[in-house]
Amino acid sequence: MAAISFSGVKKRYQKNDVIHGVDVEIEAGEFVVILGPSGCGKSTLLRMIAGLEEISEGTIAIDGTVVNALEPRERGCAMVFQNYALYPHMSVRQNIGYALKVAGMPKGEREAKVLKVAKSVSLDPYLDRKPGELSGGQRQRVAMARAMVREPKVFLFDEPFSNLDAKLRVAMRAEVRNLHRSLGVTSVFVTHDQTEAMTLADRLIVMNSGFVEQVGKPSEVYHHPASLFVADFIGSPAMNLVRGFFGEDGYFRHGKGGMIGLPGLAKAHLSREVSIGFRPELVRRVDAGHKGAIAAVVDYTEELGASRLVYARADGSPIIAVDGGNDPLATGMPVHFALSESDIHVFDHSNGRRVDHDGRPVRATTSVSA
Amino acid sequence: MIERSPIFNIVTYAAMTLGLLVVLVPFWIVVVAGSQSLQEVSRVPIVLWPSSHLWENIQAAWLRADLGPKMINSFIVAIGVTAGKIILASISAFAIVFFDFKARMVCFWLIFITLMLPLEVRIVPTYAIAANALLPFQFVLDTLGITGLVQAVTSVRIGLEWNLLNSYTGLILPLVATATGTFLYRQFFMTIPDELIEASKMDGASPVRFFFDVLLPLSRTNMLALATIMFVSSWNQYLWPLLITTDRANYGTVVMQLKALIPTQNGTPDWNVTMAGALIIMLPPLLVVALMQRWFVRGLITRDK
Repeated sequence: MAAISFSGVKKRYQKNDVIHGVDVEIEAGEFVVILGPSGCGKSTLLRMIAGLEEISEGTIAIDGTVVNALEPRERGCAMVFQNYALYPHMSVRQNIGYALKVAGMPKGEREAKVLKVAKSVSLDPYLDRKPGELSGGQRQRVAMARAMVREPKVFLFDEPFSNLDAKLRVAMRAEVRNLHRSLGVTSVFVTHDQTEAMTLADRLIVMNSGFVEQVGKPSEVYHHPASLFVADFIGSPAMNLVRGFFGEDGYFRHGKGGMIGLPGLAKAHLSREVSIGFRPELVRRVDAGHKGAIAAVVDYTEELGASRLVYARADGSPIIAVDGGNDPLATGMPVHFALSESDIHVFDHSNGRRVDHDGRPVRATTSVSA
Repeated sequence: MIERSPIFNIVTYAAMTLGLLVVLVPFWIVVVAGSQSLQEVSRVPIVLWPSSHLWENIQAAWLRADLGPKMINSFIVAIGVTAGKIILASISAFAIVFFDFKARMVCFWLIFITLMLPLEVRIVPTYAIAANALLPFQFVLDTLGITGLVQAVTSVRIGLEWNLLNSYTGLILPLVATATGTFLYRQFFMTIPDELIEASKMDGASPVRFFFDVLLPLSRTNMLALATIMFVSSWNQYLWPLLITTDRANYGTVVMQLKALIPTQNGTPDWNVTMAGALIIMLPPLLVVALMQRWFVRGLITRDK
């Protein structure tokens, strides 16, 4: 087990900065998922831990030792790659044992270790096959076994499940989770799949175009997104975001003359342009006569089985609501929604950061919480 | 283009058969002439049907051209050149593809340009080097004034000399550099996914280890294809061995001996022995191609997984 700490880590290609100063502490034994859209620098960050990319500025320390100048093999990390990266000419046994062979471990000891690890991921019947003769899931297991056999201080996963079908992905997710529970090795997992991220992570690092947007537990990130980007990125369907401003009269003004009465929030957010955000599942459908109801017009609906998504428009601002009802809703029909003030997030439009209801801006990195 | 009509099929087969005939007729003539007696081979017009004297002719050719020791020489040279080419090509391609140094593209293009300079074009300077392989170093020492300096101080004149004429080294070394091989290896190495390199880095393998444990096993079909081409081409070398060996008895190759088998102007016109000799001499490359053709085709066309 090892803790990893980033301080002021930057990555620069020629003159382009791809990562703009990351300061994060990962605790020993933690499972951390780095989440972000493609091109946000999440894989680069992972590869900098592994030693496959140079660190342009700042330091990365594993277990208190700064590893900037260390070779990949000296860092005690094992990595699982997106395309498995198995050696095609070696059998499963040789693939798993290669690192030990390079390290000069005697044959008998090596074989015993390989067998033990192979058993733990139920690969023992396939030890003499070549990777080409295995299914996708089995190859993935070989890749994991190859990482495990070295008994590393840190596991690194670079979008390992993106080539698997949906069902296998869920199964492998559970396997990785179990693996982490039984070995307790510090793990860093990179993905762009938020379901994967939410289910696996002890803590999430949400990244966007080279910046860390938020660090926190999955529930924290979901319920208290620290920025507009996080609010928009996490959750499916995405959070409703309505741009506008609060007036002294307690009304939030948006779109083409739309007004939403939010007297409890208005005072703290006067005099700045903001977006308010609220989860579709927290939008309630109410009768027309409900106090403070927002009137909207249905665009279309999507049937999900247990519920349906109502895509509507209130004075030009789109609103999505999860609705449990089954009355017919056709395009153009009027609907009414209600919101609780406590379910509403406010983001400052000048910098995209969250503003708490007492008017204080929120920092990207929440203090270490384990 | 996939087209299936009876007429088209007939045309294709006809074209193929014609091509095959054009290729095979010279071989047929060699086999036929090699199996005839002196009287039969001298008949006009020639009979294009084999006779029964093949074995005698082969024996005669073998003795006359002293093919036994020459065969051994030819094998040493051909295998030496082939091995040298493969080693040099794989190592230089390894450097060009996997190491990020400044002069990398320059190196690649320099190697590539030598494709335009076959041995025949650079034969005179190559001969000069073979006559004294240390000549370039001597030149460097002379121009830098080191020779003069050393002579002034110690009154010893530095004269570097390493003669490669009449030696296996001389027969092999100048033929070892190969742009084709380097290029073939480079193309193959560029298909190796980056993740494989990174995986081996994570596994702690050094670049040399990666070369031997991963790259070489993966390039096996490539290597065999290259070996086939290179063996045949170096077996067939004529000009260079002819130039560099004056001591034919010890260092002659079989292809050079073909000349010795051709009847002289006023001698017996025993072309049957000449053809039998030609048959023996072309047998090894023929066998190599026959045995390696499966790998050869695979190495050049497909990537086996």
